[in-house]
Order: sequence, then C-alpha cells, then structure tokens
Amino acid sequence: MISLLFNLLKAFVIGGSICAVGEALVLKTKLTPARILVGYILLGVLLSAVGLYGPLVEFAGAGATIPLTGFGHALTTGVKRAVQEIGLLGAFTGGLTSTAAGIAAAVFFGALTALLFKPHPKE
Amino acid sequence: MFDKKAKPGAARQRQLDRYAQLVDRLSPRSRLGQGLLRAFLCGGTICAIGQVFLELGQRYLDMTVATSITFGSMMIVFMTAVLTGVGVFDKIGQYGGAGAFVPISGFANAMVSPAMEFRREGLVLGLGAKLFTIAGPVLVWGISASVIVGILYTFFPW
Repeated sequence: MISLLFNLLKAFVIGGSICAVGEALVLKTKLTPARILVGYILLGVLLSAVGLYGPLVEFAGAGATIPLTGFGHALTTGVKRAVQEIGLLGAFTGGLTSTAAGIAAAVFFGALTALLFKPHPKE
Repeated sequence: MFDKKAKPGAARQRQLDRYAQLVDRLSPRSRLGQGLLRAFLCGGTICAIGQVFLELGQRYLDMTVATSITFGSMMIVFMTAVLTGVGVFDKIGQYGGAGAFVPISGFANAMVSPAMEFRREGLVLGLGAKLFTIAGPVLVWGISASVIVGILYTFFPW
C-alpha cells in the first residue's frame, strides 16, 4: 500500500514537472502547442537513444511514459529491440510495432467519439 | 496649463508609489507562476491516473511492465476521447494548459477535437483526414527520428 502511494506520488511529481516545463515554453516563447508536442516527441527519441530516458521510466513509471516524451521513448526502445533481432529492417518496423496499440487506440476511439458526439460551441 | 513632462512633486510621487504598491498587491499572481502551478497539478494528476492503471495491470491483471505501460496510455487516450466528446476536456485544457496537452491526453484531444468539428465535411475528408491534423506531424517527425536512430544503431550499436 505504501509502495503504491509512493509510486503515484513519483508519477505525479515527475509528470507534473515535465508538463510545467512545457507550460514555461508556451508562456516564454512563441511556440505553438503543436510545435511543442513535436519537440517533446523528438526530445523523447533523443533522450531514449542516449540511454537517459529508460532510468526515468523505471523511477517514475507513468510520470515518464504518459507525457509525449514517453511516446518518443517507446518509438526508440522498439526500434533498438527490432534492430537487435532482425537488423536494418528493424529500423523501419520497431517504432510502429511498439507504439501500435497506442496509435490504433487513438485512431479508433477518436473516430468513434467524433461519430457519436456533436461539436461544442467554443466559449 | 498642465505640463506632462514636469516631474511630479514629492507628495505626488509618494502617492504614485503607493498606488503602484497597491496594484502590485491586488493584481493576480504572475501569469507565469500561476500557469506553471496549474500545468504541474493538471499534468501530475493525469500521470498519477495513468500510474493507477500501471499498478492495476501489474498487480491484478498479470501484465508485464511493458504491457501495463501500453495499457495505461490506452486508458488515458480512451478517457480523453470521451471527455473531449462530452466537452469537458476543453475546460481541463483551459485550466491546465500544457498540463493537459503535454501528456498523451493532448495527443488524443488533438485528434478528436478537429475530427468532431469537421465531421460535417464528410466521413472521409472531414472526420478521416482531420483526425490527423495534429497527430500527423507528431507521427511524421517521431517515426522519422526513430528510423534515423534505428539506422545509426544498426551500424554503431552503442
């Protein structure tokens, strides 16, 4: 029980901090949210490639995997594993393999929601 | 008449200083500080909810760590899609800023929101295409970067 609460706290603090950095970028630069999202993915790919992001995931769990840097990390770990198994072809199969569930879920639930709900007027 | 360039007298200057202090005290805390705090709280909460699903998967559903991570992301995506559909996620986004869009919830919201809006333009070029307005660039650059990493890793495994 204690370990459960501690894990939730770690995810909260690390995940919250990663988001606060994003907010600082929004407020201090002219970057649009879309550019920041792409930047976060690229940062995740890079940090994961040099081996810095793996330890963060081990420490913070969802605090590191739920932010979009975690999506970049999933791409990179998938690519590395696939390259080890099947060589150069793995560079092209690994990324999408490891993120397939997340992408398919987003596409499917996204399409379903857009079919079921009417858009809301912006306030 | 009234000379705007003239320096205010000492008494007037004190009055101006007091006014500046009053404005300082009564105006809301800095936009930066408040924004950072809200992003931290909102993003932290979303990640903690994700962690609940990781723990659930690992402790009770016999999932490996990797599977539970995928499970957590999918559940956040699902919840965000529904909350966007009923119009609640817009309010979370207004409050949390980057705290709502930096987690994978932002990815899901960025897909559902334009897809809903452009549905009247058809199921193929409206809903189908607009689903990828934001998700498209993210996937293009994320996948491309990972392919480069993979090619480098093939020839220089570190």
